[in-house]
Amino acid sequence: MFEQSIWKTVFGRLTWESFPIHEPILLGTFIVVALLGAATLGAVTWFRLWGWLWREWLTSVDHKKIGIMYMILGIIMLLRGFADALMMRAQQAIAFGANQGYLPAHHYDQIFTAHGTIMIFFVAIPLIVGLVNYVMPLQIGARDVAFPFLNSLSFWLTVAGAILVMISLFVGEFSRAGWLNYVPVANLENSPDTGPDYYLWALQIAGVGTTLSAINMVTTIIKMRAPGMSMMKMPVFCWTALCSNVLAIAIFPVLTGAFALLMLDRYVHTNFFTNDLGGSPMMYWNLVWIWGHPEVYVLVLPVFGIFSEITSTFSGKRLFGYSSMVYATVVITILSYLVWLHHFFTMGSGASVNSFFGIATMVISIPTGAKIFNWLFTMYRGRIRFELPMMWVVAFMLTFVVGGMTGVLLAVPPADFVLHNSLFLVAHFHNVIIGGVVFGLFAGMTYWFPKAFGFKLDPFWGKVSFWGWVIGYWVAWTPIYVVGLMGTTRRVRHFDDPTLQPWFMVAAIGAVIILVGILAFVIQIAVSIKNRDKLRVTGDPWDGRTLEWAIPSPPPSYNFAFTPVVHDLDAWDDMKARGARAPAGGFKAIHMPRNTGAGVIMSAIALVLGFAMIWYMWWLAALSLAVLLIYSIAHTFNYDRDFFIPADDVAREEQARLAGGEA
Amino acid sequence: MSPTDAHAHGHGHGSSRGYLIGFGLSALLTAVPFWLVMTGALGSVQATALWVVGLAFVQIVVHTLFFLHVNTRAEGGWTLLALIFTVVIVAIVISGSLWIMYHLNANMMHMGSGGPPAGS
Repeated sequence: MFEQSIWKTVFGRLTWESFPIHEPILLGTFIVVALLGAATLGAVTWFRLWGWLWREWLTSVDHKKIGIMYMILGIIMLLRGFADALMMRAQQAIAFGANQGYLPAHHYDQIFTAHGTIMIFFVAIPLIVGLVNYVMPLQIGARDVAFPFLNSLSFWLTVAGAILVMISLFVGEFSRAGWLNYVPVANLENSPDTGPDYYLWALQIAGVGTTLSAINMVTTIIKMRAPGMSMMKMPVFCWTALCSNVLAIAIFPVLTGAFALLMLDRYVHTNFFTNDLGGSPMMYWNLVWIWGHPEVYVLVLPVFGIFSEITSTFSGKRLFGYSSMVYATVVITILSYLVWLHHFFTMGSGASVNSFFGIATMVISIPTGAKIFNWLFTMYRGRIRFELPMMWVVAFMLTFVVGGMTGVLLAVPPADFVLHNSLFLVAHFHNVIIGGVVFGLFAGMTYWFPKAFGFKLDPFWGKVSFWGWVIGYWVAWTPIYVVGLMGTTRRVRHFDDPTLQPWFMVAAIGAVIILVGILAFVIQIAVSIKNRDKLRVTGDPWDGRTLEWAIPSPPPSYNFAFTPVVHDLDAWDDMKARGARAPAGGFKAIHMPRNTGAGVIMSAIALVLGFAMIWYMWWLAALSLAVLLIYSIAHTFNYDRDFFIPADDVAREEQARLAGGEA
Repeated sequence: MSPTDAHAHGHGHGSSRGYLIGFGLSALLTAVPFWLVMTGALGSVQATALWVVGLAFVQIVVHTLFFLHVNTRAEGGWTLLALIFTVVIVAIVISGSLWIMYHLNANMMHMGSGGPPAGS
């Protein structure tokens, strides 16, 4: 009895039963993950890379390295999220009639929750933030972002959130309440387990990171553009990054607030979102969707920017309708705040509310459609080079338009009453997220990879990956559209009607084709690294038009030896046309921010705080909170934040580049 | 580069006179509501509540002007633009939520005062 109470004081509600050793699937996964993890750590130790890793990467405040680390995080989490998708597809393909499939309901519910949470918060957001982080400062001619340390902290807080989600796989369980952790399922009385707590703490910690990163990017774009680059001479990708991050600043506090109220409900038994004592679960839906709908645009706007850059570069033309593109982006930014109710038309609101939000939703398709026409007119009579990035653009236009149209269909309230919570809706948002965001991210990664690493990605495996994704998407999601239209609801683990089974089997085959696309992408990276000498490129491999192509690939740590002066939109194209040359002398010392381990350390403490709160280890939570506060205050007294790269070092690096025959 | 910017110029951060005026006003705007509530000088509870809310809004304006230094010139107008954007978003979020929550049951079946009807 006494021992029990000591255990409870020390470990909270963590017991031996919290480790799911009785679940063969989880145990197997754990063994594989543990072996891979041990192999990685062993390799780092064997090759004595810890010091290098710490000095060059983990503590780096260089926006380029942080961008690359965001991309790595996103790709790793994509593999996890996609494993969840394959498990769901396999379950739904076999669980008909007497066959219950291989996943118990309890486990299946965690999988669909984890899949959605991971794919949005830990795949899409890191990949977008990573690309913006890497590319945007180069495009505006800056040497780093406005707050380099904050950038490092933002990244590591996101990592801490991702680690918490991964821990939930093997210690305790994850939420079963859907990707937005819906109440009343996530209320304490319905989910007394650790699931919603893992969800809440992981997303609160990562959410702080995303908010801080958004503030950083907006400040950078507004304050650090090269001389001559007025707002209307800024590359479209920077415009979309600006609007996306402004959106993020405005919406993440709402999500944080809603989660904080749910935390109060779960920890101190308040009644904000309960069914009684004055609480309202629908208020939670209202708040999370005030975040949720603009979030779609946080993700898709930068992707529209990527498509604009690629279409213009690979058509060898100025972007058609630059200013209309900018205004369309701004209009989408504003309108995206006026549509959130369309996620719960069926909640009970009357005709006036539903028609307002329905019409507002339909209106968004106008600026979006304008963008599609701008890309088409950019291609019209251009000399189009159908290299991989351009192939992704075309696949995007063909796929995304269908998703857009089903979206307009769902915006009609009476149609939504039929389709709400059906697989038709699930097919719709996968259509826009895969066909829009994912295709765009692959286009962007293929396009800027040579800038980041100095060699192109292998085109053969890139094409395998491309066709895997594009064909796989259509094979996997067309049948889901069909069964959804016939009335099949989402989040279902077992079906009674055997006539649906062929559709789900086709969908599972489609998921396997997407798997081929993902594996081909991983192979592509490995093959490209192996053949990097053959794939080696100069600073401007695609005949680019914006400033990032004016400097070597990979760029030096200081980016630009001299801050460029901008005279025109498509600044680098303009410079090439006037025969600009890289300066060969007169270099000056360059002022740069110094690396710091504070971001990693603070995030590690935040991770411990989250874990302690999830498991009710109050002493550890109080301790880590105190340490976190003291450490952050102490860090503000660290004045050793900057240094100068000597002019000689700059001269050596720049001359090596000129000798190497760079443009 | 941000470190140079930080100690290169300090404009846009107001003067000590501005801070003192701001402090005086916000102290006054805090003290008056306390006084209204504690003495009940206005007599009616509703009038007191309205005055407290009204003074709170004035307080917001005072903070924005004297402590956040929002005016049409600061940072080339960006601060003002950011403020307008914030006000629009907050207005949308609050008025939209009120409208939605007020309208929540418009399409629900009428339920008597004694809870859900039998059999549903």
